[in-house]
Amino acid sequence: MGKTLFDKVWEQHIVRENDDGSTLLYIDRHLVHEVTSPQAFEGLRLSGRMPWRADAAVATPDHNVPTKHRDQGITDPVSRIQVEALEKNCREFGIREFGMDDVRQGIVHVVGPEEGLTLPGMTLVCGDSHTSTHGALGAIAVGIGTSEVEHVLATQCLIQKKPKVMRIRVDGSLPKGVTGKDMALYIIGRIGTAGGSGYAIEFAGSAVRGLSMEGRMTLCNMTIEAGARCGMVAVDDTTIAYVKNRPFAPEGQDWDAAVAVWQQLHSDEEAVFDREHVFDAAEIPPMVTWGTSPEMVVPVTASIPIMDDARDETQREGWLRALEYMNLSAGKPIQDIAVDKVFIGSCTNGRIEDFRAAVEIIKGRKIASNIKVAMVVSGSGLVKKQAEEEGLDEIFREAGFEWREPGCSMCLAMNADRLEPGERCASTSNRNFEGRQGQGGRTHLVSPAMAAAAAITGHFVDIREW
Amino acid sequence: MEVFTTLNGIVAPLDRANVDTDAIIPKQFLKSIKRTGYGPYLFDEWRYLDHGEPGMDCSTRPRNADFVLNQPRYTQASILLARENFGCGSSREHAPWALLDDGFRCIIAPSFADIFYNNCFKNGILPVVLKDKEVDTLFAECEVTPAYTLNVNLQAQTVTTPRGDVFTFKVDAFRKHCLLEGLDEIALTLKESDAIRDYEKRRGKEAPWLFSTRP
Ligand code: SF4
Repeated sequence: MGKTLFDKVWEQHIVRENDDGSTLLYIDRHLVHEVTSPQAFEGLRLSGRMPWRADAAVATPDHNVPTKHRDQGITDPVSRIQVEALEKNCREFGIREFGMDDVRQGIVHVVGPEEGLTLPGMTLVCGDSHTSTHGALGAIAVGIGTSEVEHVLATQCLIQKKPKVMRIRVDGSLPKGVTGKDMALYIIGRIGTAGGSGYAIEFAGSAVRGLSMEGRMTLCNMTIEAGARCGMVAVDDTTIAYVKNRPFAPEGQDWDAAVAVWQQLHSDEEAVFDREHVFDAAEIPPMVTWGTSPEMVVPVTASIPIMDDARDETQREGWLRALEYMNLSAGKPIQDIAVDKVFIGSCTNGRIEDFRAAVEIIKGRKIASNIKVAMVVSGSGLVKKQAEEEGLDEIFREAGFEWREPGCSMCLAMNADRLEPGERCASTSNRNFEGRQGQGGRTHLVSPAMAAAAAITGHFVDIREW
Repeated sequence: MEVFTTLNGIVAPLDRANVDTDAIIPKQFLKSIKRTGYGPYLFDEWRYLDHGEPGMDCSTRPRNADFVLNQPRYTQASILLARENFGCGSSREHAPWALLDDGFRCIIAPSFADIFYNNCFKNGILPVVLKDKEVDTLFAECEVTPAYTLNVNLQAQTVTTPRGDVFTFKVDAFRKHCLLEGLDEIALTLKESDAIRDYEKRRGKEAPWLFSTRP
């Protein structure tokens, strides 16, 4: 019987299979950030344990770091303590850290692939749910909690139960202006936020293969929003070309050996999946979320659904609560929704390609008068540097955008970047939960080009007609 | 970790689907570097009318009378009754820490988000999956019964209602064992040190690039 991509990577990492159906799985790479690690390091200290393989872990602060006035350090004392704790813990336990003044600092999920810390065929973990991003390189990448962060630090292993495997095939090619972000939102709209629960998802089909690595990362990033812990894309020439010459990627003989292995990392022809969904890329339009869950999403040309369309009472209640929170009414056309702020960034859409797409839209234009703040926050210091080398920052600034330092920023508003109560935002991030971007803030998830267009016009527009 | 064997506890009903971890514990509280002290901020944006910040004295904050967990009848609750996809969103273990700190040892729902479900076991909280219909029954009974109490038995994998209805649930053998005994999983894994080293040796030959420490 053929094997799935997931099976292949999983089997290469089995240390031991236990009688009770659990597996002791070896972890190749551990990415660490400041929010979910302090209690894990404290645990090591209390039990007198040392990291099993300190060199397998790499840390960088991202959630709490300010995106303005870096030279003044972190003014919020609570945030500062957390970032300093990471620095201190990394020093004490011998873990490599890209600190706040390192150009390689950034959102862990942007930094990993960019540095070649994420490689095809790896098992990779991080104390963060969007670790699914790294599956774009053909790795098994899962988000874990703090207890497991400690477990991996101490043992380089995790006790896991093998999930079922689902394939989501998107065939054909995406229409112009439609991106990996729209594909992700479309899929979540179709299968729901619990649709992938209990599964590892492999994204396949010609439309997925047609995505750049950045687009695949965006897609895998939002796997968690579909309820699955892990999303993957098979390795192909695009993957290998992306990894080549990255600082931590193998070189010379090692590179050749690695590529030979990586070329096997795809599902076999006869592989059987526990579940499969098939979508047609041509049918995917630019998507906009209207509610407080990523599955509350419609095409930009549509209107907010009416309550009769709800599939059951639970969904109807969820919709009603969402409409109230979002201060919107059923049946309202999406293009009539005006926004106050625009955020381009996050581990979903904070990469160079995302900024290039946004710049295409705003070149020679100015943000609308109703936009209070439009900000662009790079996923990493290196993304920022490259964008500046390409002159993108100038175009953003001329249009009225703020050009910020790298970090998570207004994706979750743990630093000073946030929505005020009642403010509405076009955001390229991944979650539109109540209060996600600031208490009382209202989030609409969109692609970078859609966010840029909303900044220029002041409301949502169909990017295909731009 | 505290053991979990049986629990006889008052039930608090939270009748919402897709309760996410941002709602369970908002991000500003994630700045703490401790494992405890999150209880007063559990469901902070729903529980209080003002904006919460870490370190605030919650006893003087204005409470939202409409939020179900603010009703006096639920202050002693140790079982949370919830709806589908509970705990979706981030991997923050602060969510189970906050629930535990506020006195919850068991959460019953028709389904949970994977990472949250997993995180519960690491902290001595038992997440119980029951069928939709069974959860409906519990919500209905809870609403009309003051101090509605359930008996949860992990060994037998049962939830027993005051009327004597018994609902069974599934739980992974390994997780059950750890919870019943309050085991330290890291110590368990470290017993396999030889197997881990053997694996590394073998794998290091197959894929040496995974063990190099460049640059
Ligand atoms: S950018 Fe947002 S989703 Fe990504 S790691 Fe940071 S906070 Fe999480």
